[in-house]
Parts: sequence; C-alpha cells; structure tokens
Amino acid sequence: MNREGRPTGAGETQAPRSRTFTGNKALQIEEPLIFERADYGHGGVDLPEPEGLSTNLAGLEQESAPDLPGLSEPEIMRHYVRLSQKNFSIDGGFYPLGSCTMKHNPRLNEKMARLPGFADIHPLQPQSTVQGALELQHEISGWLCNITGMSAVTLAPRAGAHGELAGMMAIRAALEARGDARSVVLTPESSHGTNPATASLVGYKVKAIPARADGTVSVEAVREHLGPDVAGIMITNPNTCGLFERDFAAISAAVHEAGGFVYGDGANLNALMGRADVAALGVDAMHINLHKTFSTPHGGGGPGAGPVVFSKALAPFAPLPLLREKYGVFSLIENPDEAENASPFGRMAAFQGQMGVFVRALSYMLSHGGNGLARSTDDAVLNANYIRARLADVMSLPFGNQSCMHEVLFDDAFLKDTGVTTLDFAKAMIDEGFHPMTVYFPLVVHGAMLIEPTESESKETLDQFIETMRALVKAARSGETGRFTNAPVFAPRRRLDETRAARQPVLVYEGKI
Amino acid sequence: MRYLPHTDETRKAMLDKIGVAGMAALFADIPQEAQRSGLETLPGYQGEWDVEAHMAALAAKNRAAASGPFFIGCGAYRHHVPASVDHLIQRSEFLTAYTPYQPEISQGTLQVLFEFQTQVARLTGMEVANASMYDGSTACAEAALMASRVKRRRKIVICGNLHPHYRESTLTLGRFGGLRIETTRPQPGGAPELAGLIDKDTAALVVQNPDVFGQVRDLAPLAEAAHAAGALLIAVVTEPVSLGLLRSPGAMGADVVCGEGQSIGNGLNFGGPYLGLFAVNKKLLRQMPGRICGQTVDADGRRGFVLTLSTREQHIRREKATSNICTNSGLCALAFSIHLSLLGGEGLRKLARLNHESTIALAGTLGQVPGVKVLNSGYFNEFTYKVPGDAAEVIEALAGRDILGGVPASRFYPGEGFDDLIITAASELNTDEHRAAYAGALKEILS
Repeated sequence: MNREGRPTGAGETQAPRSRTFTGNKALQIEEPLIFERADYGHGGVDLPEPEGLSTNLAGLEQESAPDLPGLSEPEIMRHYVRLSQKNFSIDGGFYPLGSCTMKHNPRLNEKMARLPGFADIHPLQPQSTVQGALELQHEISGWLCNITGMSAVTLAPRAGAHGELAGMMAIRAALEARGDARSVVLTPESSHGTNPATASLVGYKVKAIPARADGTVSVEAVREHLGPDVAGIMITNPNTCGLFERDFAAISAAVHEAGGFVYGDGANLNALMGRADVAALGVDAMHINLHKTFSTPHGGGGPGAGPVVFSKALAPFAPLPLLREKYGVFSLIENPDEAENASPFGRMAAFQGQMGVFVRALSYMLSHGGNGLARSTDDAVLNANYIRARLADVMSLPFGNQSCMHEVLFDDAFLKDTGVTTLDFAKAMIDEGFHPMTVYFPLVVHGAMLIEPTESESKETLDQFIETMRALVKAARSGETGRFTNAPVFAPRRRLDETRAARQPVLVYEGKI
Repeated sequence: MRYLPHTDETRKAMLDKIGVAGMAALFADIPQEAQRSGLETLPGYQGEWDVEAHMAALAAKNRAAASGPFFIGCGAYRHHVPASVDHLIQRSEFLTAYTPYQPEISQGTLQVLFEFQTQVARLTGMEVANASMYDGSTACAEAALMASRVKRRRKIVICGNLHPHYRESTLTLGRFGGLRIETTRPQPGGAPELAGLIDKDTAALVVQNPDVFGQVRDLAPLAEAAHAAGALLIAVVTEPVSLGLLRSPGAMGADVVCGEGQSIGNGLNFGGPYLGLFAVNKKLLRQMPGRICGQTVDADGRRGFVLTLSTREQHIRREKATSNICTNSGLCALAFSIHLSLLGGEGLRKLARLNHESTIALAGTLGQVPGVKVLNSGYFNEFTYKVPGDAAEVIEALAGRDILGGVPASRFYPGEGFDDLIITAASELNTDEHRAAYAGALKEILS
C-alpha cells in the first residue's frame, strides 16, 4: 500500500491497460510532425527588422516566404527532446552492432571540437591564419601512419565509403600511370556491400571469391582468379565473419606478384591496434573509419570521416589537397601544378576533410595514448571472445568454436524448427532492452547474427547480455514463439510495414494518414 | 585508462572462461612477420586537462571568425546558430545512435529525417529529397552520375561559374565513372553562355545559383534549353539561406537540386563535417543516391517511419547500387532541421533579407574605396570585386590587420587571369564597424 491507501504490492493491482486516451505511455509521448502544428507563425529566433532597402537580386526575388513552420524555442525543445526519447543510443544501452563499432563517445572530444579555434574557422581563410588547424591535421596523420605502419595518409575522404573511393581511384591512377588500368577487382563474397559498389564506381568489374570452410579466404582461391586483367583485391581484415584472414600476407604477395594492388577495408581496425602491422600485411591502401575505431559519434547516421593510409607505391597518387610542412610552416597544396613529385588523381570533395571529426578523434587518441589504444583493441577482442565462449553451447557458430577477433558471428542453425527467425530473435532482444546485433550480414552465412561488443562494455553488462541471450534461446527452443514473432511489444513502435513504405513511397509530409 | 571498464583481475577471469592462457593467444592468427607488441612509439595516455591544454594550444594558433571582422563565403557561410540547436544535437539519443536500422527503437532519428526531407523539398521547390549526402560537392558529383544513368548519355555540361571544388570533385568522379565533362571559362560577375554546349548527347547541365562569384542568374531559360535537348538541369545551391529570398530552383525548372546545407544550423568547422542536400522530382526518385526515409504504419496501425527504397543501395545491390554512400551527415541534418524549424519560412525570409541588406551595405562601403570595382549586377550575400594589384597579397595584408576579407580568385584559378579579384561575403553578423574597418584597411593597403 502507498500513503493514499492504493495497492502497490505484487498481485494487488489489475493488469495494465494497453491503450491510453492520448496514445502516450507515461514517459513515451507521441509527437506530431512539425508540419502538423496549426498555430505556428512567429518562430523561435528574434531577428532585427530589415531596413527595407530595395533588393539587388536581378529580379529573381520570390513573392512569399517558403512554406515552412517556425516554432518557439520551448516548443522546439519539447519536440526534439520527445523525439530523442524514441531512440536507442550507446549512452543508453548495449549496442552490439557488428561491423559498426559502437563504442563509448567521450564528451571531452565534443568539448574540444567546439573550441572556437576549430569550430569557427573558415576552410578558405588565409593559411597563415589556420596554422593550428593544419598542425592538428599533420598530427593526426602521424598517429594514423604510426598505428598502421603505413607511409602516407589523405584526410580528404568524408566517410568510409568515400575512403574506399579514394583508395580505389589511387589504385586506378597508379595502374593508368603504368599504362594499364586493368578491368577486374576481386573481393571476397563476405565483403561489405560498399566494396563492390566502390569498385564499380571506379570503373571495374567485380569478381567474388568464395571462402573456404573455416570462413577465411585462401591464397589458392585468390590465385585462381588472378591474371593480367586484375587491378587488385578489396579485402577486409579481420573479415566480416570476425575472423583474421590468416593468408592475408600471402594473398598480398600473390596480388603484388600479378601486378595488382591490395585495398584493405579498415572498418575493423579496432581489432588490430598494437597487435598487427597493416603495412607488413602488404596493404597498399586502407580507409580508417574515425567514427568507428576512434569513437567519433555516429550521430544517427553520420558524419564520419574516412582517412586513407597508403603504401609507398600509392602515396604519390593521393588526392588533393596535400598537406605539407616546411620549417614548421604548414601549407595545403590545392593545385596539381604545385604537387612537385606527386601525381594526385584529383580532388574528391570541397575543402580539406572533416575537421570537426579529426579534432574528436585526435582527442580520443591523445587520451588513450599508444598503449591505451592497444589495450582497447585487446579488450574489444577479449569481450567478443568472452561472448563467444559463453554462448557457444546454445547458439551456433558457422565456422566452429574457434577464437574470433573483435566480433563474433553466429548463424540461425540453433533456431532450426523453432519457427523463430533471426529477425524475430533480434526484435525480442529489443523488448529485453538491448539493441540487436547486425543481422543478415555477412550474406555468406544463413540468418547471420554479428555481435560486436567493443571494449567499452563491462563484464557485468556482458554477463547480463549473455544471460538474456541464453534465456531467449531457451524460450525459442521451448516453443514460446509468440515472444519472438510479436516482438517488439515494449518499443515506441511495433514492427513497421516496410513493404508498404517501398511500394507507396511517402517521403515528404503530404497530410495526415 | 578512463574509458576502459575492465580491471586486470576481470581480464584474467574472462581469459580463464575463454580457456586461453593470455591475451596473445587471441591474436595467434596474425602471421609472425606482421605481429606488433603495442604502440610504444606513440605518447602515453593523458588525463582530460592535459588533452585540453594540448588542443587549446593548437586552437589558439587559428584566427576564429568571431574574433574580428569576417567576410568569407565561397561555399561555407557563417550565420548565428541558436544555442538550443547545439544543445539538442548533443542529446545522447541523437548523438550516440547508429543509422536507424532497427526502426522500432529509432523513431526519433527517422522522424527527424522525414521532417528534414520535407523541409529540403519545400525549400528547393522539389517533390522529394533524400536523407543527406556528405556535402555539397559530393552531392553535385553524384547528381552528374545520376543524370548520366537516367538519360543514358555521357556528356555533362558544367557552367564555369560553378564552385571550382565542386567542378573538380565532379570531374574526378566523372572521369572514373566514364562521364565526358565540358565546362566554360569562368565569368566573374557575368553569366557564361551555356545553351550552345547542350546537344543530344548531353545528360545534364550543372549550374550554381548564386554562383561562386556571388552572381544570381535566372535558371528558367537554362531549364528550357536543357529540356529541349532532353537533358536535365542540375541546380547547385551552396547558400540555402538565399532560398528565403530567391525564387527556388524548382520554381525555375530544375530537375535536380543539390548543394550544401552547412549554413543552416552548422558551423564553419574548417570545411567539415557539412551537409549535402539532394532533391529531385518524383520521377527520378528511384535513381537517387543515398538513404531515404519513408512513412508507413506499424503492426498496431500507428504511423511510423523507416529507411526505404534500399534496393538502390550498396548493402543490397552491391556493384549495381546507385552509389556506394553509406554513412552520410545525419547529425548535421538534425542541426539544419532544428535551426530551420526555429526560423520557419518567415524567419528564413527575414534572415535572408538581413544578409542581403548587409551585403548591399558592404558593396556600397567597399565601392567607395578608390580603385575598387564591384563586378556583379545582381547578388544575394556575396560579390566579386576588382582591386588594382594582386588580390592574394591584399587578402594577406588584410589578415595582417586582423580582417578576413574574402577569397582571392587566384586561389581557385591560379594563372587564369583572375589575379586581381576578391570574392567577399557578408552576413547578419557584420556591423557598421566591421565594414568601416574593412574599407579603411583596404584603402590603406591599396594606396
């Protein structure tokens, strides 16, 4: 009983109603679109009155303001705070999304990125007024080369996939400089979708290499496809099954021998820092997702940054702008004529990279130091193996119970004949308060479930997760199908009709439905 | 290390559970010749105040825009961003969420994207927009590729007054993607003749408005010329605040509008992260690159949002995808959307008018400096002026007097005969004192 005499004890209350008058559920409040607000008008920014001068717009002034709602500041705060409360986040819970490296995002990095000397400088200021910014770029370049053992780096690419473009364009430029662009790029069947998409954008045909029974690619399989038409291979290591490609050095040697280049997809660098020398593995170009390994926030889908490290052979072909240092003065080479000994393949985006992301990433690197970064790799791999070891007896490992790198891949064999699919299982995890792992990727495994815990998680969180997974497996096997096929029931929305979204696309507000 | 929860005892207990003797055993697959034992040559860890001191020292070597008169534009614009914008984008649930792959627990991000798409479509005068690209230059390059795909033609005509970084980015992607790109000579303050370059092989005409020299141009005749040849008009906008006052590209007949969204809600950040905008009419919808958010219903019939039309994208289509883009600019789109929701259409119009008036005032003030000649016949917030002498030296001399006066055209066009031109921009943040200081310093330097 509480002080008002109402029952609070177990068994004393009635089952809760499923619906309220408002559709709200206490802290979970339904929020209309800003376009559905009927009473907007004056907005939430106080601007001085214009003087009313006659315009100088060459007669192109439009007659009325754009049709856009403007809300007052308290309305805005409530709108976006309520929306935010419908999101799962790394700050709020365990987010073991394989291949995405959802690690803790330190707030120090946010604070540093907001220093006016970084946040409030223009990309085209005279270079004499941005020496600190260029020095920071030089410094982070040094860290990236040191961590990978590579010779050079470009900071131009805006994200991982853009980095892939940079790497593959450099490869094509290097081959063209030799007089033979070649026509084919090899990539393992388990590769990220961005790899074949990138190769194709750079004008290559893609040939997929199957993996052997242990989930890795053999040098023999690569050799079978090598020839004078092969420009190179795009290969992720550790691969998307969470396994180290044991033949990687041999594969690189074979590709080099055939006159091709090796593109390493660096999405999984979090498994290698301080443990593997990327250069010694024979990589010629590799992008580094600063928003994965170096913890800059994903922000609900970006921004990222995808610097690319290059081998000596590819370094001259890196894109513009080039960063140079001479007698302690930093400069940007923005023009191919000034590139001296280099032959940049061109510019791939305006300005000089994702500065705001570099500041955060460097702040992260400085905080860890070299040994802290190595330790984070160790802990990330430890955590993944701990999950593997403690779930191997109830879930199914497609390539046997071998040790994994920073993520562990299960398939859906353990769900056979339960009527529960990988997707159902993932949705049931939502009800239990966990973000699901990556599902149905890589494509080479049936009903894939790729779990990447990262180094940020405590053993306590991992144990709770493991116990939950074990309980869910037991429930699935004992015929509690409804717990899965109806899931989620406690999320802000239940399963959404994706077919309808695609068949009758409604992409902008067109009125209430 | 403050970000790592494990103690050595915990690590030991976990290794025992895994059944290996030590951490090294987990890395046994790495071939001997590629093994490393730590990153000893890098500095050791640092506490927060040491990192802050290091970063503050670097930041102090840069001249922040707010610390004095500032007049630079050319694709990145400085406006006041309300405090609530930066507060809201730092909400954990927005900042530390991934791409909304599990829609049931990502409705916050998804509704924001749906609202963002609607705002971008209305602002540009188009029917639909995507959930963002990396930035304006890459959006422009992707638009050219899309046009080539849609029209099955390889030639793209680029107006010489397109931002040179956009032109170069499009040339790069186009070269590898098999496009044939023709461009005109830049014409500062003018309008290059384009209709004559459009023929039956042309997939699209790419025109920026206002252009890199600040000149505004009526796109309607260009849309007509492009359409007559069966080509698309791709309109590039690098300053979306201009759309508060200027006729929208959609209203002037553009088929694709792409550009930079940074100037609404986002800071200068030395060039990134920024926000690519991409809007089209419905018939081009399924050829668009990038993520798209769509409306649907959930199992209880309630409205909800999902990422949709993903059969265009790399994770499904692999080498046949419309683009390889994956991560885009979600958080920058959120900042844009919040700022625009605070402004509303009327607020944006007023902000645009303030910027335009500030620019008229600047042109008036600088125009009185002996030897200075403003080239533009019409402009929004940016114009190009001619100085007697070397513009790059003038800009350096101005910087020496703590005035950031603009961009010398020679930085974009070295050796192309534009060495005496300065591209300068004004905003609502400039005061009479800023303008007077600029004109005074310029007078001194030129005399």
